[in-house]
Amino acid sequence: MELPIYLDNNATTPMDPRVLEAMLPYFNSKFGNAASRNHAFGWVAEEAVDYAREQVAKLIGANEKEIIFTSGATESDNLAIKGVFEMYKDKGNHVITATTEHKAVLDTCKHIEKLGARVTYLDVKADGLIDLAELEAAMTPETILVSIMYGNNEIGVIQPVKEIAAIAHKHGALFMTDATQAVGKIPVDVNADGIDLLAMSAHKMYGPKGIGALYVRRKGPRVKVTAQMDGGGHERGMRSGTLNVPGIVGLGKACELCNAEMESEAARLSAMRDRLQKELTVLEESYVNGNVEHRLPHVANISFKYVEGEGLMMAMKDLAVSSGSACTSASLEPSYVLKSLGLSDDLAHSSIRFGLGRFTTEEEVDYAIEVTKKAVTHLRDLSPLWEMFKEGIDLNSIEWAEH
Amino acid sequence: MAYSDKVIDHYTNPRNVGTLDKSSHKVGTGLVGAPECGDVMRLQIQVDDNNVITDAKFKTFGCGSAIASSSLATEWLKGKSIDDAMQIDNMDIVEELALPPVKIHCSVLAEDAIKAAINDYRVKNGMEPIESEKAHH
Repeated sequence: MELPIYLDNNATTPMDPRVLEAMLPYFNSKFGNAASRNHAFGWVAEEAVDYAREQVAKLIGANEKEIIFTSGATESDNLAIKGVFEMYKDKGNHVITATTEHKAVLDTCKHIEKLGARVTYLDVKADGLIDLAELEAAMTPETILVSIMYGNNEIGVIQPVKEIAAIAHKHGALFMTDATQAVGKIPVDVNADGIDLLAMSAHKMYGPKGIGALYVRRKGPRVKVTAQMDGGGHERGMRSGTLNVPGIVGLGKACELCNAEMESEAARLSAMRDRLQKELTVLEESYVNGNVEHRLPHVANISFKYVEGEGLMMAMKDLAVSSGSACTSASLEPSYVLKSLGLSDDLAHSSIRFGLGRFTTEEEVDYAIEVTKKAVTHLRDLSPLWEMFKEGIDLNSIEWAEH
Repeated sequence: MAYSDKVIDHYTNPRNVGTLDKSSHKVGTGLVGAPECGDVMRLQIQVDDNNVITDAKFKTFGCGSAIASSSLATEWLKGKSIDDAMQIDNMDIVEELALPPVKIHCSVLAEDAIKAAINDYRVKNGMEPIESEKAHH
């Protein structure tokens, strides 16, 4: 076992060697521009892009003509939300999203607010799921788009996408989902789920960084988005710019591998994840954040009360994990996703996200459990809050000197 | 962000972790920070009849820099008169531990904890608390 151990697969994944192998020829020997229609170099590149488009489409049950290549999920989210708003704003100016969305969606929604959109940010329940009745109540004749993520990046909670889509459609709105964490990990089918637009990224599924895709429905309804980049009219006019052929080949291969291995991989990861959660919640005052049933197979987000996340991460220096604490930022604000679940600030500061992946082994999970237990115990010995808790002092009764 | 060796050393082998008898008139306790801010520091000093700090203990909830700052503070406090201890400046801690700008907050917290502990001791023993000249907030 090599140290440090990478357990931050929600941030990014290492590239699968099979993906790299597929990409390599497209950097040199097959370097053509896919838009060069008048010679063999261009044809070879175009053929590779077409094949990748099929591989991507197949993973999400789409038609290859519905796949638009972008630089990643952030660009896909931007193109979808801004593009739909600009295209349909004469029909209505209302957009609905949730407070636990990724910043790529939230900040894009903030942007269209400046352009005249009215955006409803739905709160989530304590388990991280949105309340369908609340969504229904928020729908108006002006609503043109509902954008709710598939699986959450911090807590892994999977939203009831099918039901959300049905509500959006009942009221004549489009349904978009940021499926960056879900695609390739769990079955996603744009037709069965009723998805009109879907954002995804290669580097979250063992592909390269800098490449992603936007699914745009072509039939029932035919969805249009206003291009956000002007240029040569690539990607059916929706996203200009010379195609990143090696990246696209890598995305395609990554999708193919996920498609083939998803079922067994999800079972393997969720078994390891469940063991991690079970072993770590043996520790007193530790809690799993987010719904434990409707959850991506590889994510565990756990709060260890009375220890601070960043301090904890330092004690687990051989583990690459992520903390809900924002002690490194000037704001000192803990994770807004955890706060949306109703977690108090101190509990949000005490949270660690474990993101397992394709290359995570049983041995590594065992090691992570051992190291985390030791670190939590060490830091609790240092924690005045733990001491107070053990003495039965109510921490809320103390008048804290805030800084 | 990479921590300095000194921060890692204090974090891994914290000095003077523990609890002194809060009710003793020889002990001053300073509790600063707030759980919702992600930092709580408790610093305690034991003072002899000549106003010299004979022992210091800490417990801290916070990041590595906060733990290191309070651990270092206890080392510096031991053997100092309370008047000299009052002169410890947060920037001395920043310098000693090579804290990056984003972690200066931790040193401020340590300075405040020192002053709060000294003032707790002073008030307990019939002296006036000393107002801090620096405005941190």
